[in-house]
Amino acid sequence: MPPIIDVQHLIKSYAGGGFALDDVSVEIESGEILALLGPNGAGKTTLISIICGLTRITEGTVSVGGFDVVKDYRKTRALIGLVPQELMLEPFETVFETVSLSRGLFGCKPNKSYIESVLSQLSLLDKKDAQMKELSGGMKRRVLIAKALSHEPKILFLDEPTAGVDVELRRDMWNVVTELKQRGVTIVLTTHYIEEAEEIADRVAVINGGKILLIEEKDKLMKRLGTKQLRIELQAPITTLPDSLSDVDVQRADDGMSLIYHYDVKAERTGITSLLSKLASEGIVLRDLQTYQSSLEDIFVGLVTEENK
Amino acid sequence: MNLYAVRAIYSFEMARTFRTMLQSIASPVISTALYFVVFGSAIGSRMTMIDGVPYGVFIVPGLIMLTVMMQSVANASFGIYFPKFLGTIYEPLSAPISPWEIVIGYVGAATTKSIMIGLIILAVSFLFVPVTIAHPVLMLCFLTLTAISFSLLGFILGIWARSFEQLNLVPMLILTPLVFLGGSFYSIDMLPPVWQTVTLFNPAVYLISGFRWAFFDTADVSIALSLLAIGVFSAICFAVISWMFATGYRLKN
Repeated sequence: MPPIIDVQHLIKSYAGGGFALDDVSVEIESGEILALLGPNGAGKTTLISIICGLTRITEGTVSVGGFDVVKDYRKTRALIGLVPQELMLEPFETVFETVSLSRGLFGCKPNKSYIESVLSQLSLLDKKDAQMKELSGGMKRRVLIAKALSHEPKILFLDEPTAGVDVELRRDMWNVVTELKQRGVTIVLTTHYIEEAEEIADRVAVINGGKILLIEEKDKLMKRLGTKQLRIELQAPITTLPDSLSDVDVQRADDGMSLIYHYDVKAERTGITSLLSKLASEGIVLRDLQTYQSSLEDIFVGLVTEENK
Repeated sequence: MNLYAVRAIYSFEMARTFRTMLQSIASPVISTALYFVVFGSAIGSRMTMIDGVPYGVFIVPGLIMLTVMMQSVANASFGIYFPKFLGTIYEPLSAPISPWEIVIGYVGAATTKSIMIGLIILAVSFLFVPVTIAHPVLMLCFLTLTAISFSLLGFILGIWARSFEQLNLVPMLILTPLVFLGGSFYSIDMLPPVWQTVTLFNPAVYLISGFRWAFFDTADVSIALSLLAIGVFSAICFAVISWMFATGYRLKN
């Protein structure tokens, strides 16, 4: 199946010099959730803006649903719903009017019951006649999502959707995202909360300085880049490491009460068995064992730091 | 054509107008009534007829044009500037809608509001002076064309402006003098010969003169010239808007 979003050799440069995007190529599969991770100014919002038609392309091509975003903009934009980062809403309009406007803008016939169902899904139905200025920040964020969903899009962009929202809304929002995914909607989200990407995404793209550093399935990425750590707690402290462990990547910790061993999950042999038998032959008694896998955040920080060097 | 989108923008803008109906209408009606009292009754009673028309009646078309031109620019510029200011412009810009459909929605709503106000002022003027309209259909045509062309100008202004100050600057510094010196309150025959020539460079003269012709069958400049002036003015506005959209001027990076 061809990708639903196909970005090829995309360059965005500014008149004053400098690149916002530098030869970016990304293929986004239909129905997947892609998390776009990157520090501020990495080019995440620029990439989304170009796909949505808000920013002009300097070079390269972008197609959505097989259509070019410049030549066939009516077809491509009708497929997309965008939830922007900022809370941009008309203060004096009501929730229902503003969501209806969005539906109309995207060329859909007015449909009161559909809009009410979207509002209900986002716990906004009782606020449908309230003006924007009466709503809390979290409620406004919900309205932006309702606007993006008002025309039943096939692709949803969520640009930093959980910045500054409470736990309840985050939970509601992920429920909506999960439901949309079940309906086959493709979701692209940018977030600073890496644990969210870790929890919800199928694939992760890391972008920095206008370049895609990697794009990979989240699980594979974790396996590929993740090192694991084994923490061995001891019954009695040891002052020095026995000579038999000199060729093993193990360190003393907690004043000799524990040992930390790093190993590679993708390696054929992890070396755990041999380490444990060496400890047993040295007469070291173990109290507990814990393993810890690097989070996406560790991987992300590692990649970005390496790139910046 | 994305008709649902045009309708959505138009209805959304008109809803704003109806929500602020009192301010939208009370203010032009009160100021017009003041003009009638001051110019029509107080000063007009001491003036002779102009082109065979009593002064109080003579100023009716000029007053309507004055308000319609100012309102068209104000409504259309605010209509597009406000979403730009709030950031909500992202939505029409990312919607499957062509630039001209955006223009039809916003300019259509601004034009409708100005025409409504123009007609209300006309109705109010009947309360003060005995107005007659020689060519009612052409009067409506002139009113509509003027409202459209000045709304287009307002649209350009709204896209150009980066602040509310700039939004007010052009109407205050350029538009008000042009409209006041365009013969709203006098016939250009009453000016010294040099100023009569200078005045012919003011586009408002042609619009006001044409509109006045629709009322009294007499005009400062020929009706064909008036229509040509509206045509040229609108064409310039269309060209500027096309350029703005083609280059993404102050709308897209």
